[in-house]
Amino acid sequence: MNTHEIKHKANQIRINSLKMIHRAKSGHPGGSLSIADILSVLYFGGHMKYDPKNPEWADRDILIVSKGHSSPAVYSALGLAGFFKIEDTLSFRSLGSSFQGHIDRMKVAGVEISTGSLGHGLSNALGMALAARLDSSPKKIFAILSDGELQEGSSWEAIMAAAHYQASNLIAFVDRNRIQLDGYTEKTMGLDPLSDKFKAFNWEVIECDGHDIAALNSSLEQAYTTKNKPTVIIANTIKGSGVSFMADQVKWHGVAPNDEDLAKAVKELEALV
Amino acid sequence: MGIELKAANAWTIGDKLATREAYGKALVDLGDQNTNVVVLDADLSSSTQTKLFAAKFPDRFFNMGIAENNMMGVAAGLARAGKIPYASSFAMFAAGRAWEFVRNSIAHNHLAVKICATHAGLTVGEDGASHQIIEDIAIMRAIPTMTVIVPADATEAYQATMLLADHDAPTYLRLGRAKCPVVYDDSYRFEIGKASILKAGSQVTLIACGMMVSRALEAAQALALEGIDVEVINSASIKPLDSKTICESARKTSKVITMEEHNIIGGLGEAVAACLMESGVGADFKRMGVKDIFGQSGDAYKLLDHYGLAVSDIIHETKSILKRSN
Repeated sequence: MNTHEIKHKANQIRINSLKMIHRAKSGHPGGSLSIADILSVLYFGGHMKYDPKNPEWADRDILIVSKGHSSPAVYSALGLAGFFKIEDTLSFRSLGSSFQGHIDRMKVAGVEISTGSLGHGLSNALGMALAARLDSSPKKIFAILSDGELQEGSSWEAIMAAAHYQASNLIAFVDRNRIQLDGYTEKTMGLDPLSDKFKAFNWEVIECDGHDIAALNSSLEQAYTTKNKPTVIIANTIKGSGVSFMADQVKWHGVAPNDEDLAKAVKELEALV
Repeated sequence: MGIELKAANAWTIGDKLATREAYGKALVDLGDQNTNVVVLDADLSSSTQTKLFAAKFPDRFFNMGIAENNMMGVAAGLARAGKIPYASSFAMFAAGRAWEFVRNSIAHNHLAVKICATHAGLTVGEDGASHQIIEDIAIMRAIPTMTVIVPADATEAYQATMLLADHDAPTYLRLGRAKCPVVYDDSYRFEIGKASILKAGSQVTLIACGMMVSRALEAAQALALEGIDVEVINSASIKPLDSKTICESARKTSKVITMEEHNIIGGLGEAVAACLMESGVGADFKRMGVKDIFGQSGDAYKLLDHYGLAVSDIIHETKSILKRSN
């Protein structure tokens, strides 16, 4: 797909995510919209090998979404990629639905690891990266982390260990939207200078605009050339990206849009599509 | 995979060694038999005995440093990718520090990581209360789908370690630092979910796990000299619990005493109590364990004695329960 088509898919992810959250009357719109472009580039930009008809295909690449609350975006991307019918995702968060509030690998094809409790996913990704190396497999292990979850000490245990084990098959995105539940990250518990922190932990660091498809593509291409260390792509994003009244607004971390909000948001996003 | 038990690791009843020593040897035998077996440790490989595996299979050994949460998360990832991970640390850190990683990264993901925790209970000894976890059985058995095994001796620890390679559920294997007498020879076969009657008897049922099994046997021998006939059951498999064997024995004796190197809250005793109550088996009942207090530094065996888990305490409780009228 070309960059225009990838962006188109990203906005479809956004629209479906908001519909899911609206229907469920709960969920996390802000962080779902902020990673829509990253997900779209990975699934539709030719970066990940996967087979929706055979989700456990041994040679597939792996994506672990550590910020499990961005489940609407993950389910929407997987639906668009053909793992299941995207309409099914509208049962999100209801009793008996496969589409749990936080992603659950036992219930949804294409979800590699169940997450939700923050600060786990990078450790899981490192385990899969070490396993791939033991198997002499060329597969790539991607992870998407939130910026807020880097406040968890366990994140830094994993960051230290990934560098120690020179896991060059591990590529982590940080969704650097600078907002967490209580407010701006730098006010709640500052993370800057984030690039310097990763560099000090012996990671290859790339920064880019997390909504620029071409920039995400080239960042990934650059990451594939990293030798003997893991790569982090710090994707500078906007929480609620794509919807004017949600963009960079703390309140849209975990609040569902009402009928009017949804109509307005979908109208804006459809104009982009 | 078929498990092949190595004759070189057969012990004789009465030999004294720690369950962690048998664990270390089993890992090496497993490593030989299955290239998917990987071992993780958190800077305690000399103590947990995973160093034996590390020396022989360096590529499949991951020292994760003093960072138990990440170790459990990485173990989960390795399992998700088809490896058979054994993750070891002291029980205080494997179960205590890393509980939420065990719960969410491992158990909630239905990944069959083997959490093999050494230095459990009071018999860590001189290191004292900060390291003497007496809550681990409780917090591990509370996790949905988690198997909890507390081997009584080296033979059982060795076999449990080997069997776990094929066990498709997250498992907590509780191992000790201190040497304890071997109670099983090579003819024994451990099974997950099965208790073992080490001595049949008619008057009182003693149900023990871990270090307390050999003490229960010792008490049974002393009581026999006084004409008191007790049954000794090793309930190494705490979850799943062998309710059939336990209930049959309780029906026969109507008097049950549990004993464990663990807080009386949440451990073997409460598992057995719930099993008896729900099965409608009425029995006089006594839990022996650490009575909801922290431990302290001291010699491992003296600590057991100090906290009410001496052979003489078992004898005393047995005589007391016999005096209770039904």
